[in-house]
Amino acid sequence: MSGAFTKSMARNIFYGGSAFFIFIFLALSFDTVRALPERDHRENITPQVALGKKVWEENNCIGCHTLMGEGAYYAPELGNVYNRFGNSKEAIIGFIKSRPVEGNPGRRNMPQFNLSDEELEAVAEFLKWTSEIDDANWPPNIQG
Amino acid sequence: MQYQSQMVAKPYFIAAIGLFVAQILFGLIMGLQYVMGDFLFPEIPFNVARMVHTNLLIVWLLFGFMGASYYLVPEESETELHSPKLALALFWIFLVAGALTIVGYLAVPYATLAKITGNDLLPTMGREFLEQPTITKIGIVIVALGFLFNIAMTVLKGRKTTVNLVLLIGLTGLAVLFLFSFYNPDNLVLDKMFWWWVVHLWVEGVWELILGSILAFVLIKTTGVDREVIEKWLYVIIAMTLITGIIGTGHHYYWIGTPEYWQLLGSVFSAMEPIPFFMMTVFAFNMINRRRREHPNKVAVLWAMGTAVMAFLGAGVWGFIHTLSPVNFYTHGSQITAAHGHMAFYGAYVMIVLTIISYAMPMMRGRAAANSNKSQVMEMWSFWLMTVSMVFITLFLTAAGILQVYLQRMGGDAALSFMVAQEKIALFYWLREGAGVVFLIGLIVYIASFFVGGKERAETA
Repeated sequence: MSGAFTKSMARNIFYGGSAFFIFIFLALSFDTVRALPERDHRENITPQVALGKKVWEENNCIGCHTLMGEGAYYAPELGNVYNRFGNSKEAIIGFIKSRPVEGNPGRRNMPQFNLSDEELEAVAEFLKWTSEIDDANWPPNIQG
Repeated sequence: MQYQSQMVAKPYFIAAIGLFVAQILFGLIMGLQYVMGDFLFPEIPFNVARMVHTNLLIVWLLFGFMGASYYLVPEESETELHSPKLALALFWIFLVAGALTIVGYLAVPYATLAKITGNDLLPTMGREFLEQPTITKIGIVIVALGFLFNIAMTVLKGRKTTVNLVLLIGLTGLAVLFLFSFYNPDNLVLDKMFWWWVVHLWVEGVWELILGSILAFVLIKTTGVDREVIEKWLYVIIAMTLITGIIGTGHHYYWIGTPEYWQLLGSVFSAMEPIPFFMMTVFAFNMINRRRREHPNKVAVLWAMGTAVMAFLGAGVWGFIHTLSPVNFYTHGSQITAAHGHMAFYGAYVMIVLTIISYAMPMMRGRAAANSNKSQVMEMWSFWLMTVSMVFITLFLTAAGILQVYLQRMGGDAALSFMVAQEKIALFYWLREGAGVVFLIGLIVYIASFFVGGKERAETA
């Protein structure tokens, strides 16, 4: 870089530019947090949904699946699994419950988590709530 | 080596390399599970292998960053480290805590680990990359604070250079942003939104400051170019990093329930995120071309150039290909993401840590400036084996990702289900696994290079 452009000019761009964009980002984040209730329908986050999220987390579901496209890419997307399973919580519960302990030979296998009925209901309710978040119509189709 | 206390970096670098090996072994396990689904099931299910793979990466890179700081800050500050004893104590705390966490992942089911570590009290577990038990997270914060204190005290009492200052800003940002890992609301959308404040603002924000300052340090030392010139470049690069990267967070806010204005903002700003990486490439090659000396440690210079190129390709180009929201609508959460993740982490962060190790380790092992020619040639082989195989891993995953998107997301009513699409693209997973084996061979060669030609002198230029 040429001599006319000095180190202190570069430093000022760094501090000024960073401070400016941090400020903008904080303002946008504030606006986003204010706009979210319209999109996440948080009034439906019952204690059961909250328990479902905890079950989801404490069994590390994100280690194989994606949820709204984030997570691991080893197993199907679950943000819309409620819809894919015919808007049925029973189908979700049935699937989780019926995983064989030793797995199926040669195939990718989901572990048997031995969840209680309460936990099964909760995680299904959590996935139902998740499917209803306004996420700009992602994924492109039902396959996730 | 100018200051005795720089030696404290050595155990950090050794631990980093050791954990790197374990990370790659688990990567190979996962790669195999992609095509042989029942491999090691149910002993090591995929989710456990992945957690070990990604967490080991983060931990060994942190070891690398800390080692780099302990090495370069005293030299830049022209003074001994504030407290080498603290540095050594924190090393053992971090290593034991990290090892216990990994053992916990492997020894008991994750839900059991959550129970025995008291996740109920402050639930933070079970989110991608932040799977560590809450108690481990608290340990990380304590280690980070002690480390920052040690580094800051050293900087304060000595010479203040731009390299030191930028490194300190980056490390402070790393520690502060990690605190958001303790925020885990019941509302998934809020959870995801602030989860990115750790993940995105780390790897596409403050980590780039750490990367930039380590690279600048190595270039000052190996090229002999005037510090003023290098520091000016450093400021411009990190300015562009934060100017593009902070609002660039928006490219993670397209489909998680956040407002749709992020599609425009995220697309525009993240499309500019390759700029600082491109500048880094121009910078590194420029400085090396204008070098005023022939540093005998040629392989360290090779790693520095490699970092600049591969970071641009992996983080810059492979990031750009799926960052625009109309594209990302189809590619989000596919193997394209995995392809980008692999090359970006390798090119930017793995390679910068290997650069500083390559530069510093010979001196910490009692050599004047560089390893013997024999050792350097071997290390260069490992550079090419690992780098080329990582390029192929990325290309195979990209091919898999394009097919996945086409088969699973574009076919209208004929679109295939996830599992059926996965079977159709299995060939590319096999090829990726093959490239992964070559990577492991490269890593073995890398380690072997530490044990050859120890008695010979370095070739003087």
